[in-house]
Order: sequence, then structure tokens, then C-alpha cells
Amino acid sequence: MKFGIAKLSSYRRHRFAAPALLLVALLGVGSTFSVASALTASKAETQSAMSTQVSEGKQIFERGCSSCHGLNAEGSKIAPALIGVGAASVDFQVGTGRMPMADMSQQAMRKPPVYNAEQSAALAAYVASLAPGPASVNEAAITWQRDGNTAQGGELFRTNCAMCHNFAGQGGALSQGKYAPTLMGVEAKYIYEAMITGPQSMPIFNDKTISPAEKLSIIKWLKAAQSEPSLGGASLGRTGPVTEGLLAWVLGLGILIGIAVWLASKAR
Amino acid sequence: MKKSEKIAGNVANYVDERTGAAKWLKKNLTKVFPDHWSFMLGEVALYSFIILLLTGTFLTFWFDPSMREVVYNGGYQPLSNVKMSAAYASSLHISFDVRGGLLMRQIHHWAALIFMAAMIAHLMRVFFTGAFRKPREANWLIGVGLVTLGIVEGFLGYSLPDDLLSGTGLRIAEAILQAIPVAGSYLAFFAFGGAFPGHVFIPRIYTVHILLLPGIFLALITVHLMLVWYQKHTQYPGPGRTEKNVVGYPLMPVYMAKAGGFFFIVFGVTAFLGAVASINPIWLYGPYTPGQISAGSQPDFYMGWLDGLVRMSPPLETHAFGHTISWNILIPGLIVPGILFTGMALYPFIESWMTGDKREHHLLDRPRNNPNRTALGAMSIAFMLVILINGGNDLIATHFYLTINQIMWFTRIGVFVVPPIVFIITKRLCLALQRKDREIVLHGRETGRLVMLPHGEFIEVHEELSAEKKYTLTQHEQPRALEVPDTDGRGVRNPQGIKGKLRARMSQAHVEQVSAPSESEAKALESGHH
Ligand code: HEC
Ligand code: HEC
Ligand code: HEM
Repeated sequence: MKFGIAKLSSYRRHRFAAPALLLVALLGVGSTFSVASALTASKAETQSAMSTQVSEGKQIFERGCSSCHGLNAEGSKIAPALIGVGAASVDFQVGTGRMPMADMSQQAMRKPPVYNAEQSAALAAYVASLAPGPASVNEAAITWQRDGNTAQGGELFRTNCAMCHNFAGQGGALSQGKYAPTLMGVEAKYIYEAMITGPQSMPIFNDKTISPAEKLSIIKWLKAAQSEPSLGGASLGRTGPVTEGLLAWVLGLGILIGIAVWLASKAR
Repeated sequence: MKKSEKIAGNVANYVDERTGAAKWLKKNLTKVFPDHWSFMLGEVALYSFIILLLTGTFLTFWFDPSMREVVYNGGYQPLSNVKMSAAYASSLHISFDVRGGLLMRQIHHWAALIFMAAMIAHLMRVFFTGAFRKPREANWLIGVGLVTLGIVEGFLGYSLPDDLLSGTGLRIAEAILQAIPVAGSYLAFFAFGGAFPGHVFIPRIYTVHILLLPGIFLALITVHLMLVWYQKHTQYPGPGRTEKNVVGYPLMPVYMAKAGGFFFIVFGVTAFLGAVASINPIWLYGPYTPGQISAGSQPDFYMGWLDGLVRMSPPLETHAFGHTISWNILIPGLIVPGILFTGMALYPFIESWMTGDKREHHLLDRPRNNPNRTALGAMSIAFMLVILINGGNDLIATHFYLTINQIMWFTRIGVFVVPPIVFIITKRLCLALQRKDREIVLHGRETGRLVMLPHGEFIEVHEELSAEKKYTLTQHEQPRALEVPDTDGRGVRNPQGIKGKLRARMSQAHVEQVSAPSESEAKALESGHH
């Protein structure tokens, strides 16, 4: 257990920490540069690039999404309108493979995504062009490795998320067959987007309820929980006392009864 | 004789002359104990209690039972600088900064689970074999007391670390306390020394957990074992075993050596679990703060059925005289458990009233030979399992792709339907097994060997049972239903009233039996074609 803790705390002192930070910094510089150069480019050019992306997005939408969401994303009996949900929602839903929805079950499940990053961006641009909404989140802006505070993130998580996603982010059941999925292995960007868009039964956590810095803390804590080795032996799913009780009866008392039977039969 | 031997002999003589120890030892060390695996369940409970005493004492060296707020600064990074109670901080300290501390915490908790599981299994053995009958009713009552106190002790134990999960449990306990009509809110106020969670609760339950209840446990266990000693152990029926003797091994050396060895096996299994399987990872739960809660907050299994009952009860409240009575908590939290445990405690007396059997019993029943009792037991277990399932409904929902609502309704209906079905099936099963016993006593065991007779007929060879086996299968008595007179001597009809009728009805159900083959039936067969 000493080992585990040392491992957790040693991230900062990891020998790759400095190169990693350098990389993040370079990426930051690079993206600033590209934004700057984009700004200097002619306005008309940007707009035409935008509109080709939007029209591309509209095409994909008509083929893949309109059957449920309507030709102009106005919604239908079976699916909600997407006007005003913003690029973030599309990026999250398509990027995590939830959309296009495969079957009309209780809730859209996470699957391997159907569209690549470019197509997904086009879809997002199209939906964003219908009405303003939360913009998709740039991976590089989610600097949880550098910023954020694990302990604070843990407290925020327990206050805002644990009631649905379980104390260790393992997921849990909601009423009527709905469930909050496990958060282990979810990319930082999608955690962030889930918070700002509130998919399905999940509430929206806007910047007033949880500030951007606090969101980074939550992500940092989730990542720490994910990489935390099981400190006390086999983790039993991190779901609490139910598995423990099962093990106590089956393995604990089970083995002891087995030995008792053996001892009693030996005596004869 | 060597000099040292002589000295030892003198010392022994000295002690013996003054205490009569030799006679006492001779009598008691040669005491005979019967041998059967199911007689070792109680031992498992006893040994896990000893393990609990040892590991618990270790934990007290560092545990700080205080709700004083501190800022954590220990070995577990993801919680550094978090405000928490000293109790939680010291539990983290035990887990991460005390050598072997986490292992001890885990062994303590695994031992608690095995302690409860072993006690329950032991209780079932006693129930199904009828070992609670006269003269052992007192020991049955002590056993029921131990199980009840064990539930309380375990609950208080896992409330001590003051983590998020245990706080959630305490909150529910407080709600149950408050649901008691009229006195409830005062009781809760008294227990928590003010509003929940307050500052006095952890220190209080600490005293109860490490001093008061362990003391009561020690006293009850001592009396329990003394009673086993003086009333002698029961035994399963068999040739040479009667109501008047005990067949088995002498305490010294055989039984002692076995028991001692078995203690280390229990310790070994518990320590193994403590070493390889995580239990109650409080650092993941985080400190308790009112207002936080985790999905899938469950209690330990021995409380799980209670949680399941509370979860399944529909919202029911009445308002009267300015008081709100929350039936939805009162019924599952207090009334049903009260009925269950009172019924369990009184069962020996109920059965003896029902059957009119006031004799002493030292030979155990084979469960099938008492179908009614066995069915009652199976029914109670079915009831417990159904509500236990509802206690874990959220986990079952996510792991088996069901919905909480489905499980809720299944258990709401099942809790009324499943136990009676189990009762009927078990009873039929017992009778079928009796019929099978009768069959093989009379006709022998089927060997699967076919033989062709000279005239072409095929028969299967039946192997006759040994005399011992036959005895074991037929020794049980065939009880008769109580006769309740229709009129008494002076012509009053139905002199015992409803009670008498009920008693007659119950006794009739209780004695339903397949008759064991009698001497004459066996004779008739022997002289016949076999
Ligand atoms: C089979 C029908 C179906 C298809 C096809 C489908 N969706 Fe959906 N979509 C739904 C339903 C139903 C919901 C609402 C419930 C849910 O999210 O599970 C939804 C929700 C959404 C949301 C979230 C809306 C919000 O309030 O934040 C987005 C964004 C979305 N869909 C985008 C898309 C995109 C983009 C496509 C095409 C790639 C698509 N959907 C294809 C059925 C569908
Ligand atoms: C009311 C319950 C609820 C709360 C509170 C809640 N969530 Fe969710 N969360 C859900 C549900 C339900 C989904 C599944 C949505 C879907 O499948 O589209 C979800 C999905 C997610 C996902 C997507 C997971 C994946 O597999 O892609 C993330 C990330 C997430 N939540 C993070 C959070 C965080 C962080 C918080 C706290 C700030 C939080 N949630 C609070 C119910 C909740
Ligand atoms: C029947 C007997 C007992 C049962 C069922 C029982 C059960 C428990 C349980 C379930 C816990 C929570 C453990 C955890 O996961 O942290 C606990 C904690 C504790 N118990 Fe016991 N216990 C028993 C006897 C004792 C005794 C005899 C002592 C001391 C002499 C003791 C001292 C403690 C202490 C100090 C803690 C808190 C330590 C911590 O959680 O870090 N227990 N007990």
C-alpha cells in the first residue's frame, strides 16, 4: 500500500513529467499561432470554409440523423430537437458513439463512434449554425494534467456526481432502467462536455455551478481514481458491501465448511 | 523417578489436595463430544469472535473516536488537505501509515462478516435439526440474542470510521429511530446529542462497540458454552446413539487437538481474505458530509435485508394530532424485524405448544422427518433472500440488465408469494424424501444391475441396506396430532375455544408424515418374493 501511494504522488516527479509539460506548452504555442494566422486570413475565406463545413455537416445529418431528428433538426416524436443544443452536445454524442442511436432502448449507449473526427466536426458545425449553444471543447484546453487539484476534485465529485456515478465513478442504476455509466476510461474532453451539456438524465453543470477550474479538478480526480491501484487487494468492483458479503459467504464460510466436512470425514 | 519429575509431582499434588483439580479434570477432560461437520459452525463463529477481539484491540491503539474536525495530511494523496473528522483521519492513518494497519482493518472486517455468516449458519443447523427443543430453549434464546447483538455490533463498527458510506447508514438509522411514534424524535435527539450528525455520536458508539457489547458477548458466549457443556451435545441419530448417551471422542486429546487446529484454519482463511481482498475501502468513499451520497450505498449483508425492506415499502404516512407517522419506515424498520426476531426467539415454545411435546430431546431430527418445521425454516430463509435481493436492487439492475423498478415489483410481490410457495415445495420434498427412505428400507437400494431370469424376465438387482442404515432411516418417532375434545366432561362444547381449535389444526399440519416401515411390514416383505 505504501507503494501505491508513492506511485500516485510521484506523477509530478516522473521522469517524463518535464517532456510532457514541454509538449503541452508547445501545443499551446502552436494553437495560438494557428488561431493568429487564421485571424489574419481574409474574412471571406473563413466564411466560405465555415459554410462548406456546415453544408457538409448538413449532408451527413440528412443521411444519418434526420430520420429521427427531422430534416432540419426540428425534432420528431421519437427524438428531441437539436436546435440550440450546441456543438458540444453533438461532439459528445457522436464522439462517444451514442449518436446515431442504434436501437430505441432506454438510453443511448456508448459504442465505437460511427463518424470520424472530421465528420463529427462538420455535424457539430451544422447544428451550431442553427442556433447558438455551448461550443465543443478543444482537447488542448483541458489541461487537467497541469491544473486542477485532485482532493478538491474528489470533494466536488462526491457532492455533485457520486449520487449517480458511484463514489469511485463506477456507475450506478437510475430509475426505469436508466443508468449512469462508468466514468473509467472516458476521455477528459468528453467528461468536460458531459458536464456542460448534461446528456439525457444527467443535469447540466454550467460554469456557475462548477467553474471551469473546478471541472478540471474533477477530471484530475477521476483520472487519479482510475489509475489508483487497488490498495487493499482485489478491488471487488469498487461497488461497496454487496460483493464483500457474497465473498464472505461463498469463499469465507464456504471454504471453512468444506474444511469442516473434510475434518469430520477424516475422523471416521 | 528423576528429580524434576518428583518436583512436578509434588506441585501437582499440592494443588490437587487443595482444589480437587484432578478429579475435576479427569471428569471433564474425558468428556465426550460427537463429531459432525455441522457441529463446527458454532466453532467458526467462536473463533472469528476471538479474531475480532485480537484485531479490534490492535485497531484501538490508533483509532481516535472523535468528530473533531481536522485537515488530513497523511499518506493518501487524493485526500490531502481535505477537512474531515478525526475518526476518519485516524482510520486513514491506520490504513496507510501504520505498519500492517490496513491488513488488520481488513481482517477485522472480514472476520465480522464471517462471524455473522457462521452464526446464521449455526442457527439454521440448530433450527433444522430441532436442537432447540427441551432442555435447550435457553441456549436458543441466547443464540438469537447473539445474532441480534451481532447485527448491532457490526453496524456500529462500520459506522466508526465516519466515511461517506457509514454516514449514509447512520442517517437511515436516525430516520428509523425518528419514525417511532411520539418518542422517536426525542430518542434520536438523545442518541445523537442534538441534531444529526452532532459531535457525540462517534465517541458514544465507540464505547458501545469496544466495551459494552464485547463484554455482553463474552458473558453470553460463556453461558452458551457452559450450557452446551452441562446439557451435553446433541447427536444425530444412529445405531448405538440414544437419548441417554453421547457417542463421540473425548475432549482430551482428540477433540482439543482438532478444535485448536481448526482455530488456526479459521484464522488462516480470515487472514488470507484480509490479505488478498479489499474490504470497506474508506479512502474511496471519502469523509462523511451531510448532503453527499453515493450511488449504490449498501450496508453490510447482515443489515442488507433491513435496507431491502425499507427500500421496498411504498410511501405511506398518516398525520394525526400534529404528528406524522411514517409507516413506510416504521413498518419495515421496526415492526417487521420485531415480529421476525420475536417469532424466532419464541419458536421452541410455539412448537412444543403445538405438538404438546414436553419431553427432553438429545437426539437430533433429520430435517426431512419434520416436514413442517423444515418448511417453515425454508420459508423464512426465502423471505430473507427476497428482501436481501431488493437491498442490492441497484447493483443487480446494472449487472443483469434489469431495471430497479422491475426488481422492486418482483420483490414487493415476491415477498408475499415466494415464501408460501417455498413452504409448500419444501414440505412436499420432505415427504417425498421420507417416501424414498421407506422405499429403500423395504426394497433395498437400486444397483442398476439388470439380471435376466431363466424364463426371460428382466429384473433389477436391489441391494439390501445394512442393519445400521436401516436403523438410522427408521428410528424416528411417528408423532400423532393432538386430540382436542369436542365436548368436555360436563358436555360443554368445544371447551378450549378458538385457541384449542387452532392448536389442533396446527398440530395436525405439524405431524403430517409418511409412516416409516414397521417391523411387520419388513417381515412380510422378507417372507415374500424377495
Ligand atoms: C434512431 C434514432 C436517432 C438517430 C438516427 C439519431 N438520434 Fe440523436 N437522439 C435520439 C434520441 C431518442 C435522443 C434523445 C434521448 C437520448 O439522448 O438518448 C437523441 C439525442 C441527441 C442529442 C442530444 C440532444 C440534447 O438535448 O443534448 C444529440 C446532440 C443528437 N441526438 C445528435 C444526433 C446526431 C448528430 C445524429 C446523427 C449522427 C443522431 N443524433 C442520430 C435519436 C436518434
Ligand atoms: C442525475 C444523475 C447524474 C449526475 C448527478 C451526474 N451524471 Fe453523469 N451521467 C448520467 C447519465 C444518466 C449519463 C448517461 C448519459 C448517456 O448515456 O447519454 C451520464 C453520463 C456521463 C458521462 C459520459 C460517460 C461516457 O460513457 O461517455 C460523463 C463523463 C459524466 N456523466 C460525468 C459526470 C460528472 C463529472 C458529473 C458531476 C459533475 C455527473 N456526471 C453527474 C447521470 C448523472
Ligand atoms: C462481535 C464483535 C465485533 C464485530 C462484529 C465488529 C465489527 C466491526 C466492523 C464491521 C468494523 C468496521 C471495520 C472497517 O472496515 O473499518 C469495526 C471497526 C472497529 N472495531 Fe470492531 N467488531 C467487533 C469487535 C470489536 C472489538 C472487541 C474491538 C476492540 C476491542 C473492536 C474495535 C474496533 C475499532 C477500533 C474499529 C474502528 C477501526 C477502523 O475502522 O479503522 N471491534 N468493527
